[in-house]
Amino acid sequence: MILTIVVVVLLLACVFLCLYRIGRGPSAPDRSIALDILGIVTVGFCALLTLLTGQDFYLNIGIAWAMLSFIGTLALAKHLAGRGFDE
Amino acid sequence: MILLQAIGYGLIVLGVIFDLFGCIGLVRLPDFHNRMHAAMKCVTLGTMSILIGAALASGSGAIMAKALLCALFIAITAPTAAHALSRAAYLSGVVPAHKEICDHYGADRRARGEERS
Repeated sequence: MILTIVVVVLLLACVFLCLYRIGRGPSAPDRSIALDILGIVTVGFCALLTLLTGQDFYLNIGIAWAMLSFIGTLALAKHLAGRGFDE
Repeated sequence: MILLQAIGYGLIVLGVIFDLFGCIGLVRLPDFHNRMHAAMKCVTLGTMSILIGAALASGSGAIMAKALLCALFIAITAPTAAHALSRAAYLSGVVPAHKEICDHYGADRRARGEERS
């Protein structure tokens, strides 16, 4: 139980560090890489919730979140490189 | 069974520590490319380690299959996103914190006659 609380608190610290970089980041690529990292940390959170509750639908949320984060990061990268979305 | 659970929880603790190191690097390092180097490597390794640890520690077939699928998906997509984003940052003109010592991508672009925008 102590191990579970410590792990969840450390992942929450990761989330707050990413939020700090999203809010503070001096350029737009900083913010978008922090958003991508936030999505990946959330997938880890979903895996942890699956292990804690024993129900496997949290991992569906994790897979969908990873896909959405990937597509959003690619779209942001294309926008930052100054190209259209359909090249 | 107990051995698999011990290995799984060990992997989860290792992954959370790597996640924390990656996010500290995301906050502390001075430059965009330094931040992306630390964060992408550590966080991808950390989250894949958490997923594999959950797959080993759960002992259920459905959870194991989904967690391994998710780990495979992250292993494929995270380097792709990092590569696209670093190229976009270079093209959008992110200035490095220190003087650029080695810029092979810019040299290639100049050799092809493309301006750095």
